[in-house]
Amino acid sequence: MALLQVEGIHTYYGNIEALKGITIRVEQGEIVTLIGSNGAGKTTTLRTIAGVLRPRQGTIRMGDVDLTKTPPNEIVRLGIAHSPEGRRIFARMSVKENLELGAYTRSDSDLTSDYERVYTLFPRIKERLKQRAGTLSGGEQQMLAIGRALMARPTLLLLDEPSMGLAPVLVELVFRTIQEINALGMTVLLVEQNAHMALSIANRGYVLQTGKIVLTDTAKALAQNEMVRKAYLGED
Amino acid sequence: MLGTFACLTTLTLLGFGTEVGTTSTPWWALGLALLAAMIFCGLLNVLAERVAYRPLRRAPRLAPLISAIGVSFIFVNIGLFWQGPTPRRFPDLLPQYDFMSQFFGLHTLVRFTFKDLFVLALAIPLMLGLAWVIRNTRMGKAMRAVAQDTEMSLQMGIDVNRVISFTFLLGGVLAGAASLMYGLYNNNTVFTLGFDAGLKAFTAAVLGGIGNVSGAALGGFVLGLLSALTVTYFGGQWENVGVFSLLVIILVFKPTGLLGQALGDRA
Ligand SMILES: Nc1ncnc2c1ncn2[C@@H]1O[C@H](COP(=O)(O)OP(=O)(O)OP(=O)(O)O)[C@@H](O)[C@H]1O
Ligand SMILES: [Mg+2]
Repeated sequence: MALLQVEGIHTYYGNIEALKGITIRVEQGEIVTLIGSNGAGKTTTLRTIAGVLRPRQGTIRMGDVDLTKTPPNEIVRLGIAHSPEGRRIFARMSVKENLELGAYTRSDSDLTSDYERVYTLFPRIKERLKQRAGTLSGGEQQMLAIGRALMARPTLLLLDEPSMGLAPVLVELVFRTIQEINALGMTVLLVEQNAHMALSIANRGYVLQTGKIVLTDTAKALAQNEMVRKAYLGED
Repeated sequence: MLGTFACLTTLTLLGFGTEVGTTSTPWWALGLALLAAMIFCGLLNVLAERVAYRPLRRAPRLAPLISAIGVSFIFVNIGLFWQGPTPRRFPDLLPQYDFMSQFFGLHTLVRFTFKDLFVLALAIPLMLGLAWVIRNTRMGKAMRAVAQDTEMSLQMGIDVNRVISFTFLLGGVLAGAASLMYGLYNNNTVFTLGFDAGLKAFTAAVLGGIGNVSGAALGGFVLGLLSALTVTYFGGQWENVGVFSLLVIILVFKPTGLLGQALGDRA
């Protein structure tokens, strides 16, 4: 059985139908990527899975649980963490407190290894633990948002444009990080503008266009696909 | 106001309802009254949040403000029903002792009575305690997170409704303590008390910077000074003019308050 099964979801903003029947399957241990141009509905899809938006139709199953009927704070407890678009760190709290909030649902008290993992991935974060998160640079805030999501030790990590605003070296680092945490057994659903990078680390991918899935295949096949190359990889 | 009534009723039940200037203070009765007022106000606040604010969580900002005014009317009328329309005497149970003259032997107009000490001795630990809870505990961190970004707090797994309930409980408990201090200090209470006190507390919070505990304390201090100066130099009828002119001036020139920081500094 798939880890996450999104089945025909329709999500609206008022009367605007942003998702017009999205079906996505994520297997345990995979990196799955959603690509698509601006406004295609990638963020909306992740927010619907995280439970902040509710679909009017369709189901989202994680194991036996229907996430569309689960409060968002319970969804975290089921093992889904979300590093949202635009980072959304708690700007007026310290960097350390942001990480602590990431681990809010963790009942096991020993978080040392989780902090260590975040510090190893992002040494910059470790140097700035006492600093107000809002005073971090954009790239540092992005690292913090990812680190905060990791602190929940999720089974499924939702990442919305983790490379946004990062310098090229850091983009490399973030993608390598995603691969590393995936190798440790964490499943990843990744939304990216940077389709090239996303497809290079993903197992499979879905292409979204105006609220619909228009194509799905292995990442390798998508990277070869004519339409994908033209529209999303900027080749002609 | 309802807090002072809770204290008054408790003290009356314990047989200290009409005391005027005791020689021996019944500390145990004051302790019970404090406890009763804290529990009563805390639960009342939780109830008010549950029925008047929670259903409006997603409504436009003005809606909870209007229902807050409604809640305030209901409280005022409960008070009217409970203790009637005329001001009530609050028993004078604290020792009559002026440290300035009786302890230091300074016979000036300045007085520092036992009452003053009592208020400080209760208010300062409560304030430090509140600041500590908000700064250090898991619940305190959740409170700050919810205040900043409710949706993201949900995605941290925080039960936002529970945190907001707890915040109201805490606020009510502190109001309960304040009502005992008010009653014992001023030795009177009236059913419209909370209305004025609420406006002043709000002004103090705005003055200090909304969302900032030490700011609110500083705001309360400045406000108290200003109100005392206004009463002394212009007369009692000008007190509210002074206080609310200050509120207007702050809202116009420094809406973030004395110690406040700009909200929404999300990068
Ligand atoms: N809060 C909102 N209210 C109304 N419409 C919205 C809202 N958020 C998104 N939309 C609309 O829903 C559609 C999908 O938006 P979404 O943010 O999911 O796109 P996206 O694929 O993440 O785009 P991007 O790559 O630019 O982040 C867009 O047409 C957008 O205008
Ligand atoms: Mg997006």
